[in-house]
Amino acid sequence: MTTDASTLPRTGAETKTRPVTIGAVRSSQRSRYTWLVPTLYIIFLLLPIYWLVNMSFKTTQEILSVFSLWPQNFTVQNYVVILTDPSWYNGYINSMTYVALNTVISVSVALPAAYAFSRYRFLGDKHLFFWLLTNRMAPPAVFVLPFFQLYSGFGLIDTHIAVAIAHCLFNVPLAVWILEGFMSGVPKEIDETAYIDGYSFPKFFVKIFMPLIASGIGVAAFFCFMFSWVELLIARTLTTTDAKPIAATMTRTVSASGLDWGVLAAAGVLTIIPGALVIWFVRNYIAKGFALGRV
Amino acid sequence: MDLSWMAWTWPTALFFIAIFTMIAGMGVWEYAVPGGSPRVGVLRFETTRGDRLFISLLGAAFIHLAWLGFTDMELWWATVISVVYAVAVFRFV
Amino acid sequence: MDKTWNNKAWFMVLPVLVLVAFSAVIPLMTVVNYSVQDTFGNNEFFWAGTEWFKETLTSDRFHQALWRNLMFSAIILAIEIPLGIAIALTMPKKGIGVPVCLVLMALPLLIPWNVVGTIWQVFGRVDIGLLGRSVTALGIDYNYTQDPIDAWVTVILMDVWHWTSLVVLLCYAGLVSIPDAYYQAARIDGASKWSVFRHIQLPKMQRVLLIAVLLRFMDSFMIYTEPFVVTGGGPGNSTTFLSIDLVKMAVGQFDLGPAAAMSIIYFLIILLLSWVFYTVMTQAGEERR
Repeated sequence: MTTDASTLPRTGAETKTRPVTIGAVRSSQRSRYTWLVPTLYIIFLLLPIYWLVNMSFKTTQEILSVFSLWPQNFTVQNYVVILTDPSWYNGYINSMTYVALNTVISVSVALPAAYAFSRYRFLGDKHLFFWLLTNRMAPPAVFVLPFFQLYSGFGLIDTHIAVAIAHCLFNVPLAVWILEGFMSGVPKEIDETAYIDGYSFPKFFVKIFMPLIASGIGVAAFFCFMFSWVELLIARTLTTTDAKPIAATMTRTVSASGLDWGVLAAAGVLTIIPGALVIWFVRNYIAKGFALGRV
Repeated sequence: MDLSWMAWTWPTALFFIAIFTMIAGMGVWEYAVPGGSPRVGVLRFETTRGDRLFISLLGAAFIHLAWLGFTDMELWWATVISVVYAVAVFRFV
Repeated sequence: MDKTWNNKAWFMVLPVLVLVAFSAVIPLMTVVNYSVQDTFGNNEFFWAGTEWFKETLTSDRFHQALWRNLMFSAIILAIEIPLGIAIALTMPKKGIGVPVCLVLMALPLLIPWNVVGTIWQVFGRVDIGLLGRSVTALGIDYNYTQDPIDAWVTVILMDVWHWTSLVVLLCYAGLVSIPDAYYQAARIDGASKWSVFRHIQLPKMQRVLLIAVLLRFMDSFMIYTEPFVVTGGGPGNSTTFLSIDLVKMAVGQFDLGPAAAMSIIYFLIILLLSWVFYTVMTQAGEERR
């Protein structure tokens, strides 16, 4: 995380004394081989991912018979299988649908709440904030038991909206915490000036405030997307066929006897892509997002 | 809407009514005497009366669990201990 | 920042309140209801009192799952925190290396959890996995589907792979906020590397480290998907952590009463930890002002 990008909102005064000669000072202190540690670590991180990508370009027969560090008979057949078989690609469409729904719901309800927490004191505010946190921390396994009955009671089983609402359990608190972190970095004088200039609250919020915290909204949306995308337990419990997520489709294949490793690897690679695509844009905010906006 | 799956019983219903009454009572108290009477107690950080209620309730839950886990005696004794504990929390924390 | 006292702010929080109450409060109340009753299906329930709690609290199965989970959390914290600090300290502080490191290190964090499981399931296999094959080639008897210790090593290695980057990124965020004047002063004093770390870097990282420790503890305490995909809780029950055991009981065996009692005990532990987390975080925030 770089200084100018993320610590600026919180510690605006501090960052004015930006490191200028930090490289010169440090280089005399650090030994020549320090680069080895992060490099080795990154290799350790990339090896398993490489292995998955490697496998996805092999046929299952090759995977099981020949042990090689790169595909001997390069094939995209596994990807073709996934992109042409409805039971596979529907998994992606289902996941995308409920994840997108969840992101929109979470961020839109979290925006006013985060504003309230960052700007006002009100009856029971701290306890409410804490209660939200407990929902982010609570194990989904605890909620799985009654969730099925709850959503059956509303006739929502196997619909995208059911998963989207269920994922709000941890994503709404996450979005509120992250957005509150960003909003607290915006000086209150901006609000006051806008009110003096005759802006109404909704107009101020949309026209002035939201552009100011645009990066915060982006980060909150990204993390809602991510956590909804990676969750399996609740999504699997609430769906049977019509809204079955890709993650559940993959576990089904794992439990089947004749494993098609190549297709499984290709499916895995395809689920990594959304994260890998946006990672560049959120690189400075990843720590902040995972730490609930508290860095 | 069918709510039978929630399997309500009188004891659990009373339990939740009691909890919600306490929270509502806290709201009324706060409204009457705002500020939450913050102070620094034996835990060496600032607590308000809402925090004290939370510590009391959570502590009571663990006292009951410990009683069930370690003894075979009547559970009412754990309730008595919890009340004593809650009074102590409101007095000293 | 001075905040205005305004109870109308409640209306802004109301949508969040309704939504989260629907997905959290109603299920929790239902769990409490189930925990004091027995059922044989068909929505017929019989009063069981505190029987399930007593059974869960005194059962070996629960003790073992809890113990395993605590062990797991302790081990991954002992590995990930020092490793994360070491990597954060050696990371480049400027130039093209910074974004490259950040992006590559963040990659595992953004992979769906079940795919993390799949990756390691494949990677560790003795017949087709790079890790399993290499380790076997070195003459070490390794098979995570048969041997409990190998299964533990695999699951821990997977968690280190998955989450150490979080610790790195948090520590790095703390490190770059140290003003350069501190280092200059230390250089003038002729401070050793260790005393720079001990007296400048560590205090500045303290807050982020606290967050890192608490987050890693909480998340490892509710881990489900990754070990479930890799080992399915086995061999035997050797990697059955709390969440895995709970789902097995609730969904697999449909023992609503015991599963509900276990859920509540589990939730109370989480509640206590969350409270510690929150208190520590807000106290640290106060001290900064």
